[in-house]
Amino acid sequence: MAVTNPKMFEQLWRWFMDLPHCKVLGIEYVGAEEGVVELRLPYSEGIVGNPETGVVHGGAVTTLIDTTSGTCIYTLLQEAEAVATLDLRIDYLRPAIPGEDIVCRAECYRLTDQIAFTRAVAYQREREVAHGVGTFMRTKAGNGA
Amino acid sequence: MTHEEMKHCWETARASGDYHALMQAIPYARTIGMTMEEVDGQLRFTLPFRQSNIGNVLLPALHGGVIGGFLENVAIFTLLASHETRSVPKVVDFSIDYLRSGRPQDLSGRCEIVRQGKRVANVQLMAWQDDPDKPIASARAHFLLA
Repeated sequence: MAVTNPKMFEQLWRWFMDLPHCKVLGIEYVGAEEGVVELRLPYSEGIVGNPETGVVHGGAVTTLIDTTSGTCIYTLLQEAEAVATLDLRIDYLRPAIPGEDIVCRAECYRLTDQIAFTRAVAYQREREVAHGVGTFMRTKAGNGA
Repeated sequence: MTHEEMKHCWETARASGDYHALMQAIPYARTIGMTMEEVDGQLRFTLPFRQSNIGNVLLPALHGGVIGGFLENVAIFTLLASHETRSVPKVVDFSIDYLRSGRPQDLSGRCEIVRQGKRVANVQLMAWQDDPDKPIASARAHFLLA
């Protein structure tokens, strides 16, 4: 199924990918469908957490999962609005393989008037690296938090 | 960087109380620009404001992922400092609550080791800006120690 409002969604994902911190980590848009978004975190020296092994830092994975989870909510919206992360829980299943990109697939599996519930998997090919579960507060324009 | 070089970097930092070279040795810590210092025997962690940590240009606000990554490092270095030498703790799970948006200014962080066993540690983390009583995020996490 296609996203709810393709024109708005495209503006939104471009806006997300343009955010200073997404750019510094090199996060890229992969694709979307109704309720689901995929983003990619290319391997780079600047995201390494362990200089002995070259393994990517959990913080970079956290940013990838947070960004993908936030973005997937917009595939279900008719109009743009602000969403704020309430909480995010991440399980680090195994270290990411150095030198390989990490892709995150996030799904908004329940959307209410006020809250969006998301789940995400970060993986390298068939190998799951991390799971993330989040809740987001919807903030309709002019409504306040 | 080899294990021996990293160990030397850590031991030099501990002995001198100057953690600048250690932070520079860890690419992600360098990317977000975090600092670590020892003041009156206490570790102090700061994420000085920089534009590249912005995750919302409208508010503007720090990226939630940066706040999480910063706190994860606060935990790692607090755990490392609580023992003489050992390998870098590995994060098992990390759960963060965002309480306020992170304004475009410096961020401070602290870590309380709630329970440290032989193999695993449970930590509680807090991030704030002007007022430690008004945290912008709190987190809890588990780390494998061996």
